[in-house]
Amino acid sequence: MLNDARIGRLHELLESRQISAEELITAVLERISTLETTLNAFITITPEQALADAQTVDASIARGEAIGPLAGIPVALKDNICTEGVRTTCGSRMLEHYVPPFSAVAYERLRQAGAVLVGKSNMDEFATGTTNKNSFFGATANPWSPDHIPGGSSGASAASVAARQVCLSIGSDAGGSVRVPAAHCGVVGLKPTYGLIPTDGLAECAPSLEHLGPLTLDVTGCALALQVLTAGEDYTAYLGRDIRGLRIGIPQEYLEQADPQVRSLFDSAVQMLTGLGAEVEETSLPHTQSAPASYFTISAAEAFSNLSNFDGVRFGHRAEARHLHEMYRKTRTEGFGPDLRRRLIFGTLALSADHYEEYYLNAQKIRTLVCRDFDQAFSKFDLLLTPTVPTPPPAASLGQDELEMRLQGRYAMPANLAGIPALSLPIGFAGELPVGLQLLAPSLGEGTLLSAAYALEQLVGFYRHASKI
Amino acid sequence: MNVQEMEAVIGLEIHVEMNTETKIFCGCRTAFGAETNTQVCPICLGLPGHKPVLNQKAVEWHAKAALALNCEIAPYVQFDRKNYFYADLPKGYQISQFFYPMGINGHVDIEVNGETRRIRIRQIHLEEDTGKLLHMGNITASPSSLVDFNRAGVPLLEIVTQPDVRNAEEARLFLQKLRTIIQYTGVSDCKMEEGSMRCDANVSVRPKGSDILGQKTELKNMNSFRAVTRGIDYEIPRQIDLVLDGEEVIPQTRHWDEAKGVTRAMRTKYLATDYRCFPDPNVPPFKNDPAWVEEIRQSLPELPDARYARLVKEDGLPPYDAEVITASKAMADFYDQTVALVKEPKTVSNWLMGEVGRCLNTAGKEIQETALTPKHLAELLGLVKKGVITGKIAKDVMDEMFRSGQDPETIVKEKGLVQIADQSELDPVIDRVIQANPKVVEDFHAGKDRALGFLVGQVMKETRGKANPQMLNELLRRKLQG
Repeated sequence: MLNDARIGRLHELLESRQISAEELITAVLERISTLETTLNAFITITPEQALADAQTVDASIARGEAIGPLAGIPVALKDNICTEGVRTTCGSRMLEHYVPPFSAVAYERLRQAGAVLVGKSNMDEFATGTTNKNSFFGATANPWSPDHIPGGSSGASAASVAARQVCLSIGSDAGGSVRVPAAHCGVVGLKPTYGLIPTDGLAECAPSLEHLGPLTLDVTGCALALQVLTAGEDYTAYLGRDIRGLRIGIPQEYLEQADPQVRSLFDSAVQMLTGLGAEVEETSLPHTQSAPASYFTISAAEAFSNLSNFDGVRFGHRAEARHLHEMYRKTRTEGFGPDLRRRLIFGTLALSADHYEEYYLNAQKIRTLVCRDFDQAFSKFDLLLTPTVPTPPPAASLGQDELEMRLQGRYAMPANLAGIPALSLPIGFAGELPVGLQLLAPSLGEGTLLSAAYALEQLVGFYRHASKI
Repeated sequence: MNVQEMEAVIGLEIHVEMNTETKIFCGCRTAFGAETNTQVCPICLGLPGHKPVLNQKAVEWHAKAALALNCEIAPYVQFDRKNYFYADLPKGYQISQFFYPMGINGHVDIEVNGETRRIRIRQIHLEEDTGKLLHMGNITASPSSLVDFNRAGVPLLEIVTQPDVRNAEEARLFLQKLRTIIQYTGVSDCKMEEGSMRCDANVSVRPKGSDILGQKTELKNMNSFRAVTRGIDYEIPRQIDLVLDGEEVIPQTRHWDEAKGVTRAMRTKYLATDYRCFPDPNVPPFKNDPAWVEEIRQSLPELPDARYARLVKEDGLPPYDAEVITASKAMADFYDQTVALVKEPKTVSNWLMGEVGRCLNTAGKEIQETALTPKHLAELLGLVKKGVITGKIAKDVMDEMFRSGQDPETIVKEKGLVQIADQSELDPVIDRVIQANPKVVEDFHAGKDRALGFLVGQVMKETRGKANPQMLNELLRRKLQG
């Protein structure tokens, strides 16, 4: 049943009553428990509620009611998405026992559509990292090769889709956190236009950069999820469209650091698109190199402020202390991991009176320049194409090299600064490890992204490969 | 140098809580006095994942207050975060307008010793209030601190003046005028005792004529107009003494101790707190459409200065009357509505300042909190004018109207208070009184003026005050002299 776990296919099986939602959820829960010792993709699993929800869907089908495309579909939510009554940890000791009193809007929409929550995905602590090693609950492995990282910070979200533990995952993406792991785990990951999916109930670090996005095995699943998550249009209407005459730009700055294997897969994907009639041309986004510095500064500054509510007073971890200030200090020292603390300290510095202009203000100026780069490019092109990540997934043992690992997000970050939609599509293998391609469109250009990605997917057919695990 | 050669330079920072139904970034109620922590939600508690949504009414009212204080409305407005840790601040930052406040360059004119002084307003910005720390007894003795978050997120206007105030009297006059103007707009009730209006004062001193500012102290915890006056009156000589003694004024926050009547150092400000202000990424900035600003301007009521001028010029009230009547919008509205019915401005003003004022003082209420209506007051004045009741009786009727909200005619009828202006009714009473007081009558003939008054009083007593005073005087005099 789970060999082909595309949402569209499972929906057909459910609708035609070849399988029941309960059977599907049972199979998924079994697969989760089998693989968890290797993958460690979940912080919390919710089997009782999941089975009860599945029975509700089955009852609805039994009454002959029409069901939506996500009804009965097993879903995992990244553990920074608030779920009322279900622990939400952000991968942090700070929230090890925190149960939110309200649910994220995105989760409410999924529930309304009948999707079944089976658990909360592991993640880099408070979404800081691209390795999924920065979790209080341990690292997550890459299902194609457990010795390699799945990417991050939504690494477990991508891994659990690739490993068919779920059919849909919702991740968050402030600087590539959906797309980088999507590329490393060989799944489709979308970061939509800023604000298109409400982030109410997302316990985020950097609100001006943060997005929610679906991770799925295929483009169709992505379109189906996007419709529910945005409470918007039927995005499957964009699938199967002719892409002849589509103007595609290849920004040269995105190829400079690309690994040769990544580059050659990228080039062959470009050839496929040309073969489909797209007009492909080289272009330039001159401020690309400065984007990571801007991203790190703004995200650290916002995180410094946005995580100030973790003071031990009203919720979360509280350290024993003799007085208020010691309580703040110890609570935050014990509750936050070293990488996050480093980021918070940098943010504190970047906003301080003496450094505001040098760091924060300059970062915002670069952000404006990056936005202008895109504006200019999209006056000529419908889409831009880049590798999602410069390299294939690094080995998990390399994790110490913090900076090199972090720059995995360098091709993804500009889209967060500009708020434009970006999708990572798996296009092949470097050895046994997946490689992704990134499509970028102007704001609200999700339709164009999906039609081009779908056209390419028809030729690549990556979803037919099953992960090794 | 001596005391006379020194002057104080004072800038005021006033916080005013808005009267909006709900908080600035969530739908929680703002009612004062609710059970602790019952008007809270994930947003105003700053729980993980909360997203603020700006209250449109608060923005409209902000513009209203700013325009009423003669401010310009900035074309671009942005909300910023002011970051600091304190247990009453749920998010670890306060959302405020730091870089681009909406109201700028305003002023309020006050009358000081017959001269007009202009106090300039640097800015008026919108922000959120904090929660409230509760202690058992005093803060150092309390075994713990408790926090009530009902107040967290109540929309707050912060009004910052230029350092244009020179003494405590000017500060008080400015604050009273400011309160009146804001009350007129309906944006806040400005009750200092409930904390819906709070005032801090930045005070420094310098030699008169100097344009250099001295080291300043910030006075806090002044919870009434009287406290502001007393606090400043304490602080200025304290600083002048220091300077004249060749000592330094330490820049610090000083707490006004109401009981002891002194200011005390709270914390020294040598190291200015770095609030690391930056644009709030959750609350989008906005541009103000001039047409919207105009719409708000049109929605403003007639403000105190304009109303004062109208009452003096068109209604012919003495300036003092006009000032008292316009000091509260409710009173001025009451006045206008009554005058519309009886067309005798000075009579209405006399009554409002006299009898009505007395009733209000006794009850400790504002006019809008009583059962009294302009219609009833107008009817009462009509009864006096038509001679149905005497002015003295009218005062008793007023007491009753004030208490019960009944209309004056019913009260007069039910209590049999109609004036006796019929000679045939008065004659026998007067005769009786003359007969009963031969000694007083003698005194009258001996030229003692007080004697007539005594006899009038006796007749009034017998008629329970209902005798028409003019008629009584005339009849009595005639009988005694006849």
